[in-house]
Amino acid sequence: MSYDKFTTLTSSAVPLPIENVDTDQIIPARFLKATKREAFGDNLFRDWRYNTDDSPKKDFVLNNPIYTGKILVGGNNFGSGSSREHAAWAIYDYGFRCVVSSFFADIFKNNAINMGILPVQVSPEFLTQIFSAIELDPHTKIEVSLPNQKITILTTGASESFEMNGYKKNNLINGFDDIDYLQAMKSEISAFAAARAV
Amino acid sequence: MSLMPSTLFDKVWDAHVVRKIEDGPDVFFIDRHFIHEVTSPVAFLGLESRGLKVMYPEHTFATADHNTPTINQHLPVADPLSANQLKALEQNSAKYGISHWGLGNPKNGIVHVVGPENGITLPGMTIVCGDSHTSTHGAFGAIAFGIGTSEVEMVLSSQCIMQPKPLKMRINVTGSLGKAVTPKDVTLYIISKLTTSGATGYFVEYAGDVFEKMSMEGRMTVCNMSIEMGARGGMIAPDETTFAYINGRELAPKGAAWDKALAYWKTLSTDAGAKFDAEYNFDAADIEPMITYGTNPGMGMGISKSIPKGVDLKGGTATYEKSLAYMGFEEKEQMIGKKVDFVFIGSCTNGRIEDFRAFASIIKGRKKAEHVTAWIVPGSHIVEAQIKEEGILDILTEAGFLLRQPGCSACLAMNDDKVPAGKYAVSTSNRNFEGRQGPGSRTMLASPLVAAAAAVTGFVADPRELM
Repeated sequence: MSYDKFTTLTSSAVPLPIENVDTDQIIPARFLKATKREAFGDNLFRDWRYNTDDSPKKDFVLNNPIYTGKILVGGNNFGSGSSREHAAWAIYDYGFRCVVSSFFADIFKNNAINMGILPVQVSPEFLTQIFSAIELDPHTKIEVSLPNQKITILTTGASESFEMNGYKKNNLINGFDDIDYLQAMKSEISAFAAARAV
Repeated sequence: MSLMPSTLFDKVWDAHVVRKIEDGPDVFFIDRHFIHEVTSPVAFLGLESRGLKVMYPEHTFATADHNTPTINQHLPVADPLSANQLKALEQNSAKYGISHWGLGNPKNGIVHVVGPENGITLPGMTIVCGDSHTSTHGAFGAIAFGIGTSEVEMVLSSQCIMQPKPLKMRINVTGSLGKAVTPKDVTLYIISKLTTSGATGYFVEYAGDVFEKMSMEGRMTVCNMSIEMGARGGMIAPDETTFAYINGRELAPKGAAWDKALAYWKTLSTDAGAKFDAEYNFDAADIEPMITYGTNPGMGMGISKSIPKGVDLKGGTATYEKSLAYMGFEEKEQMIGKKVDFVFIGSCTNGRIEDFRAFASIIKGRKKAEHVTAWIVPGSHIVEAQIKEEGILDILTEAGFLLRQPGCSACLAMNDDKVPAGKYAVSTSNRNFEGRQGPGSRTMLASPLVAAAAAVTGFVADPRELM
């Protein structure tokens, strides 16, 4: 599935200062029964967001209209647990295009990139600065520039650079994906497979 | 052959790199690909929308496990969404020529149980599946890890994924394990020391005499849980125990192919002097039967200890307090004596024959506690048959337990095996996340022995006192 191109995103952000947010919280297993990639955003953070009678939990950030935007800011070790790509689909379908944290679980990070969501890993200090800026002003705009690999809190001017390998960066900026790349080298893969003959 | 000493992980990884991309991932060749009903349908839709074929259908194996019922499997699946996913797996497998072990097939069971027991999982292989507990197969000296659905589509269409090479970690556990200390306790202990994210970015090799003496079932339990400390996978060098387990299994190599494979497998170990990016050493004598008290698998402790104080641990106390509040526990409390409502034995972590033998060893001659609901779920039909053959079913029945049919069951509660809100479960599965076993469920992870002690007493109890 080719995805949207990602260059620079400027948006307010939704803060979720909880550590070890696991993929069972992002999308509980009972909502993984679809055979199409549709409407997963409705169940994003389902059990934190809704009571058992489906009424919204007032104290959860997604139910607070003050916080909006295309950037989700999570606590340390975001996306641990299951490999379900549905977690990335739910985040994307809800409308987020970037997730910021001081640490990501490996499989979630891959899944996010494969979905066209940019995972931005910042230092714990910078993460604290972002949470503080949003607390002070919920409309705080954050600029994420993939070409410059730089994230800036526009209200304070504080910024930090982030890592992204050149291959993935090029894919995201141009909307290319891994399947296109692999299809273009099928004969090389066939030759490799023949030589291995497992 | 390089002259530099290299690790088991390097040997297997480097043999599977089709192309190295500068400032990017490796194009990584996959020998065996498992699929199940939950994470594959969208990958097949992707193939169709691009007009792609499955490149090597003989290298992909499908089994239904995640949302299958564990009773009355001969009847149509009642939940229409689950039934639809199961049908999609069957149809996609048929369409692309992929082997499919669906409900009712005598080889059906949990993907990480049936792969090894049928001889599909072999040393030196690369194995992936859209399931994070694919790390289980590392017990055979394979590089095995979970992938997302986009990557499932990549493997189907090109037999490769794009993967940066992880860092290398070795975890050595040496000495003798104490009474009632099982492989599950070893892994819960390691995770409690490293935390739920302590091995993120790494691939782990488990070494030391504790693992050398361990059965294949035990090694699978340990490698299975590698993901719970963030590691992509874990592996153990293959040895005579490994070879004896594989020999004669249906899809394992035979005759001359066996001899050739065996000669290769014997080269698969870490050379003396090979370098790791991180290394940890633990003493087996420090490990006691473990139980978790919080909402991630790193929140585990020796069963005789008290719940630690948040300020004594790494990480934020706010998240720690949220976790204990969810569980209804307090800092410094004892776990022993806590009331247990549900007991689950099964899953890709502890759903093999050895686990049921351990469970039976404690319940034999005792009765299920009246207030406990127990789900006894074999990992596969082959395990189920062993349970019957070995007389374990008789022990279960006499003690008031019902043996269910194979599947993932209450590990992730996609089927009807759900723990109700607020109830406590002692579970031999792998995750104690909020709501994992049903919305509002409270999970304590433990070994089959601790689960058995809870099942017969109705409380968290020390299995050493029942042996």
